[in-house]
Amino acid sequence: MYRSNVLVCGGTGCTSSDSLKIVEKLKEEIKNNGLEKEVNVITTGCFGLCALGPIMVVYPEGSFYSMVKIEDIPEIVEEHLLKGRIVTRLLYQETVEEDTIKSLNKTAFYAKQNRVALRNCGVIDPEKIDDYIAQDGYAALGKVLTEMKPEEVIQTILDSGLRGRGGAGFPTGLKWKFAAANDADQKYVCCNADEGDPGAFMDRSVLEGDPHAVLEAMAIAGYAIGASQGYIYVRAEYPIAVKRLQIAIEQAHEYGLLGDDIFGTGFNFDIKLRLGAGAFVCGEETSLMTSIEGKRGEPRPRPPFPALKGLYQKPTILNNVETYANVAQIILKGPEWFASMGTEKSKGTKVFALGGKINHTGLVEVPMGTTLREIVYEIGGGIPNGKKFKAAQTGGPSGGCIPEEHLDVKIDYDNLIEIGSMMGSGGLIVMDEDNCMVDVAKFFLEFTVDESCGKCTPCRIGTKRLLEMLEKITNGQGTLEMLDEMEELCYYIKANSLCGLGQTAPNPVLSTLRYFKDEYIAHVVDKKCPAGVCKNLLEFNIDRDKCIGCGMCSRKCPVSAISVTDYTAPGKKKPAYAIDHSKCIKCGACIDTCKFKAVSKG
Amino acid sequence: MQKKISSIPFQGTPEQEAKLKEAIARNIDDPGAVMPVLQEAQEIYGYLPIEVQKMVADGLNVPLEEVYGVSTFYSQFALSPKGKYHISVCLGTACYVKGSGDILNKISEIIGIGAEECTPDGMFSLTACRCIGACGLAPVITVNDDVYGRLTVDDVQGIIDKYKNA
Repeated sequence: MYRSNVLVCGGTGCTSSDSLKIVEKLKEEIKNNGLEKEVNVITTGCFGLCALGPIMVVYPEGSFYSMVKIEDIPEIVEEHLLKGRIVTRLLYQETVEEDTIKSLNKTAFYAKQNRVALRNCGVIDPEKIDDYIAQDGYAALGKVLTEMKPEEVIQTILDSGLRGRGGAGFPTGLKWKFAAANDADQKYVCCNADEGDPGAFMDRSVLEGDPHAVLEAMAIAGYAIGASQGYIYVRAEYPIAVKRLQIAIEQAHEYGLLGDDIFGTGFNFDIKLRLGAGAFVCGEETSLMTSIEGKRGEPRPRPPFPALKGLYQKPTILNNVETYANVAQIILKGPEWFASMGTEKSKGTKVFALGGKINHTGLVEVPMGTTLREIVYEIGGGIPNGKKFKAAQTGGPSGGCIPEEHLDVKIDYDNLIEIGSMMGSGGLIVMDEDNCMVDVAKFFLEFTVDESCGKCTPCRIGTKRLLEMLEKITNGQGTLEMLDEMEELCYYIKANSLCGLGQTAPNPVLSTLRYFKDEYIAHVVDKKCPAGVCKNLLEFNIDRDKCIGCGMCSRKCPVSAISVTDYTAPGKKKPAYAIDHSKCIKCGACIDTCKFKAVSKG
Repeated sequence: MQKKISSIPFQGTPEQEAKLKEAIARNIDDPGAVMPVLQEAQEIYGYLPIEVQKMVADGLNVPLEEVYGVSTFYSQFALSPKGKYHISVCLGTACYVKGSGDILNKISEIIGIGAEECTPDGMFSLTACRCIGACGLAPVITVNDDVYGRLTVDDVQGIIDKYKNA
């Protein structure tokens, strides 16, 4: 038994700011102080509050040290771990209340969260199977194999109301039921860990923080549908996740929790890892399966659905990482428990990756039906620098932008579709007044044009034409008719594309057209970009009455576009400067230089 | 994504070839071997010149057309060698809305090459990459295995100088 446990986040966010060096330093300092038998250091998965990384928590006190630096370690070890005095100065300041320290769960970021899929992230050492087992790990698999029939497992998942967390929200139990009903000599259980949505990182965090939860759920699914082989298709861009999965699979083998005759019940199940190679379309189920077969990851028409003909033409189920992370809990705590959370048609919790212009960037898990306002302003801590909220983007390149007027919509699958966005995998990017919505739509279209696999024409050519129109608009060559043409083209692409990528690719355009049409009109009619992002529509000007004539901007200007005039404002000593618009390259150097806020853009 | 195919002559060593053959032998019984083998080949050679793709095709007994189809389909497979320092600028949404586009332009201006290119002296290569999942640190760039986060355009010069003078 250790007197103290020090948990250090080893997720991608924190390791990117050197948390692993902090672990080394901690161990070294603990040894120097002769505490190695009393203090245990554990590298965990993601705590969620990535904005404050690197994160370190000391138990039993629960002291939450944020943005820890290597230089701070000797002080923390000597003061806190040796002498028992918490270094309040280095704590996450929201946990400090005058003389007392608040529990982490009472801070704004964690108070409204309900961690189901993330329950072990930041709690256990993901590289130790014993840690997982101590948290009831593999108990669900044991229960299923020894006490339940496959039909009962499927019924439990159906009753829980669990829907796919990858984006479309198809009922998980139904998928399993279809695959179970098809007879075949071989069936497959696949896990979609090809988290391609830019800005979404919950699947990565689950794999990094709690890999066994996914393995256990896949084995349960295998038992339910009668499959003995599983595949996890994981992004090669997630090296830590890949490594921890490999370790987890090995350990599960050693313990007899994967392989032949699991729990002595005669049930065999094994899992192989397959690495993706950077193709967004492989998040689509048929593409993913083609990619596991080692081919170009192109989709194919459905039906036949994978439940009938999937991987290698055999019945297959494919679920997302977060979906699997819920399964063992549902088996242990019962479907009623899971169904008690959420809204009428969307049960349970959902993990969101909060990013963009928000104070608390990170991972949050909230019950379905939480409003966007609660997520952005209470949990997320609002927008930095006193800026105004403009939109929240959900669903990545398949989703849309949600404007301020819908901040109070209860987030679930159906409500999001109704307001023109979608759940997607749960990326939630907040944008403020400095973001141009036409530019954002263009950004996503560049992405889909790049990632369109090229197999079907509506997606390959349609998205390209859409992007061209957006480029014209942001260059000042747009017309009002173009907006109508664009909308019409969007509906064609949606209706005629082969797979989910093309069917949803126009969503960023449609949703911004719906809620931010005035910005499009400003671009095409007034030839202005109200947010000041689209460079070709910008004009930089110096307010001659504010200019004190110091000449700093003129010296900074890379193209010598700024020169002195013969006008001197009342009360100023030197004449003002002015910008020659024919020379200006709109680099913004003058704005950054001027201390008197005399330069403006618009 | 448009792929740049390198015109630099192939310079493989017998040791590299032996490693590749070993990787092929290990995977040959797997019906989906093409991707894992190409991934290992890229680890060995740093990129996938046509000579390497031919070896993979012959070794796995699949048509070269199929191997080439796979290597050009996935963005992770590089057909050009990388520089000594490979700079990736994350253009995922979280980074983009926090100005990673400007950072990419600045780097490009400083080292004088565009995205998906390599400097003539082989020192730097530059790529605009997909979300690396470090959204909490946005905007983020990586240089080989080093990660730089919460950047502004003004930080760029210092980072590049560090490698130039290394």
